[in-house]
Amino acid sequence: MEVVYITIGVSIIVAVFFFIVFIKSVKSGQYEDTYTPSVRMLFDDELVTKKKEKLVQKEQLENQQE
Amino acid sequence: MSVKNCYHCGADCGKKPVEFNDKFFCCNGCKTVYEILNASELTCYYDLESSPGSIPSDIKGKYNYLDNEEIIEKLLEFNDTETSVVEFYIPSIHCSSCIWVLENLNKLNEGVTISMVNFPKKLLRITFKNKSTNLKELVELITSIGYEPYISLEDADSKKNKVDKTLIYQVAIAAFAFGNIMLLSFPEYFEVDEFWLEKYKHLFRLLMFVMVIPVVFYSAKDYFISAYKGLKHKMLNIDVPIALGISVLFVRSTVEIFLDIGSGFFDSLSGLVFFLLLGKFFQQKTYNFLSFERDYKSYFPIAVSLILDDKEINIQVKDIKKGDRLLIRNGELIPVDGILINGNAAIDYSFVTGESIPVIKNSGDKLFAGGKQTAGAIEMEVINSIEQSYLTQLWSNDVFNKSNEKTIKNITDSISRFFTIAILLIAFLGGVFWYFYNVDMLFNVVTAVLIIACPCALALSAPFAFGNILRIFGYKNFYLKNSETIENTSKVDTIIFDKTGTITTSDKSQLTYYGTALTDVEKSSLKSILRASNHPLSRSLYEFLDVESLIEKPTSFNEILGKGIEATINNTTFKIGASSFVEAKSVATNETSIYIKINNEFKGYYLFKNSYREGTKEVFEKLGVNYNLVILSGDNDGEKQYLQTLLPKNTLFKFNQKPEDKLEFIKNMQENNKKVMMIGDGLNDAGALAQSNVGIAISEDVNVFSPACDAILDAKLFNKLPEFLELSKKTIAIIKASFVLSFCYNVIGLYFALTGMLTPVVAAILMPLSSISIVVFVTILTNWVSKKL
Repeated sequence: MEVVYITIGVSIIVAVFFFIVFIKSVKSGQYEDTYTPSVRMLFDDELVTKKKEKLVQKEQLENQQE
Repeated sequence: MSVKNCYHCGADCGKKPVEFNDKFFCCNGCKTVYEILNASELTCYYDLESSPGSIPSDIKGKYNYLDNEEIIEKLLEFNDTETSVVEFYIPSIHCSSCIWVLENLNKLNEGVTISMVNFPKKLLRITFKNKSTNLKELVELITSIGYEPYISLEDADSKKNKVDKTLIYQVAIAAFAFGNIMLLSFPEYFEVDEFWLEKYKHLFRLLMFVMVIPVVFYSAKDYFISAYKGLKHKMLNIDVPIALGISVLFVRSTVEIFLDIGSGFFDSLSGLVFFLLLGKFFQQKTYNFLSFERDYKSYFPIAVSLILDDKEINIQVKDIKKGDRLLIRNGELIPVDGILINGNAAIDYSFVTGESIPVIKNSGDKLFAGGKQTAGAIEMEVINSIEQSYLTQLWSNDVFNKSNEKTIKNITDSISRFFTIAILLIAFLGGVFWYFYNVDMLFNVVTAVLIIACPCALALSAPFAFGNILRIFGYKNFYLKNSETIENTSKVDTIIFDKTGTITTSDKSQLTYYGTALTDVEKSSLKSILRASNHPLSRSLYEFLDVESLIEKPTSFNEILGKGIEATINNTTFKIGASSFVEAKSVATNETSIYIKINNEFKGYYLFKNSYREGTKEVFEKLGVNYNLVILSGDNDGEKQYLQTLLPKNTLFKFNQKPEDKLEFIKNMQENNKKVMMIGDGLNDAGALAQSNVGIAISEDVNVFSPACDAILDAKLFNKLPEFLELSKKTIAIIKASFVLSFCYNVIGLYFALTGMLTPVVAAILMPLSSISIVVFVTILTNWVSKKL
């Protein structure tokens, strides 16, 4: 049963680890703006596809002119 | 003709839409923005939301002051000669398209490295390279696409205050300890005499003790400090029994552990602190994008154009000296009192008084700080420095300094006084009884009483009820600064209204015509003439006339500054303007009016009348039943008779009140033991708003202008005011009911404590149970009563 020292030790280390990570994320300002990142992550895709379309259109135009 | 909406901003395009790329725009500005975005392949902007834009404002020369090194230095957050970081407040951020376009600024300007939006706070942070761009260029760029930043004197003055995160850390520590200690103390709850449990018991207890130390000495330290302060001022606030409870819990548990008597109450202790802090956290609801503490500095521009030897230079507002000659452009705010030298001055004092119809000034007239020039550029000579200006002097009044020192006597504290005394008495009597009955149990019982009586549930009910109501109000666009405001609101017995801008709408001035009726042709001619005039009153009348203007242009047109227009069209001569100009007898001296003379024959006049907010009559009727009503207006009593018919009989009218008079009036009221609520909008109400028990600022646009106040109410919701007041009263009733409930828990707990049966497991069940059930109780009830809103 001495294994209990290990299990408790491990569980407390894990808990303390998460606690430190939490404090760090608060300090870094992660929780100051909880809305914008959720919108921001949707943007990248649109920009890329839009650009591609534009490029295709441009190429088509150039081809026509030729 | 079908109604077309602008592709960019969604506004009605009117009769002459601007067409581009098969799309319609309401104005050239919107079209330009579209062009800019189109050229940079940013039209995705329009895919995210339909018509997301806002009409860009005219910026010619407006940001020249951003060339001034000193000003740049103050605005920049970071600058290492290579790269700079700047943060702007942009009120027009409102949807995801805004985020998208502002975060793609680097496509519009090569110099931008990163642009980041904080949507809830409406902030834009730009990192840029100093070599390829500069601040002025950036500001002009974002203004040109419709996101004009709001740069005020305050930005230059105050250093950005960091958000206080202490409470978050305190909650985190308490939560961490609560969870772990509960797990560690679980085996002992059931008092199983098992070999291994017996063996590791001491280790478990030691770990609990280690974990509880930061909870007591860091997380709960504010309660000790507050209790100490309360006692020093001979006040028994709610924190006194809490601090007492926490210390007794800690001392008794520590004693139990080290003398090997029992396992202590560390789980209850950390749970208690956790719940209490959670309540505090919930109460600290803030509306990030609103500011309740604005003074004149957040209204005033940071820089102004100074004319020196016929040259224009930009200086900071604080450097303005008496005798300086300033250039005020169209749409700029006058920062200091002065005398008009030349130019066509039409000053909109709506920030100051709420009155939006511009006041016409002639050369030599006095101009007051806070007015906004609306008809071209003017020159003025400064007669007071900014600190001595009429408007800013109001802020030197004491009310603006002492407001933080106000000792709030809230409902929880007033109850806790009796509570604390009762608990101490019960503990004492219990102690006396056990002293004679069984002296061994004395320590046990007395500490148990103090532990179980710790008013956790009592302290939680108010924060959660207020926090929830605050959230509901905010959702309905009634923003309160803090929870004390609700309590103060429920105590109010007198409501004072400012007139202009508060019960009148500031944008839609109604025009009424008096005199011989004009024919349609005459009206059309009038409209054609007015079209050529840039005068604000002409513009209002032009908008008001609902006829098509003639195709012919006036054959002669002569606008006489400050008087009126003389023009000929189709051989008919029109004289439009002031009564003296038209040589007519002035009828309404108190109100703004335009007189009309056609072919030397006086026809009549248009009178500008304030239009009252929708539901004003009903609001006053409802409020008149329970409250004393007062109209406190800076205007003359021109509309008194009309108002008397509109408002209930017991309404008191006070006209011609200067800002200081308003403040004094409220002070007098309060000295007569009245609890006053002031409802106003302009800067001239700032003193009154600060002095009153509850100051509510009415605002057409909650993002931009509101003086220092306790609450901001969206102008559209003016008619809901009685419901809001009613709801704050109901909230107090709910809190009182929850107090009764928490007393019941305390009585049950006291039974266990006094009979000496308070074991750790009983405490561990009873204490969180009472806390959680109180929270659920008030949350459900407050949601229920606010359903009708």
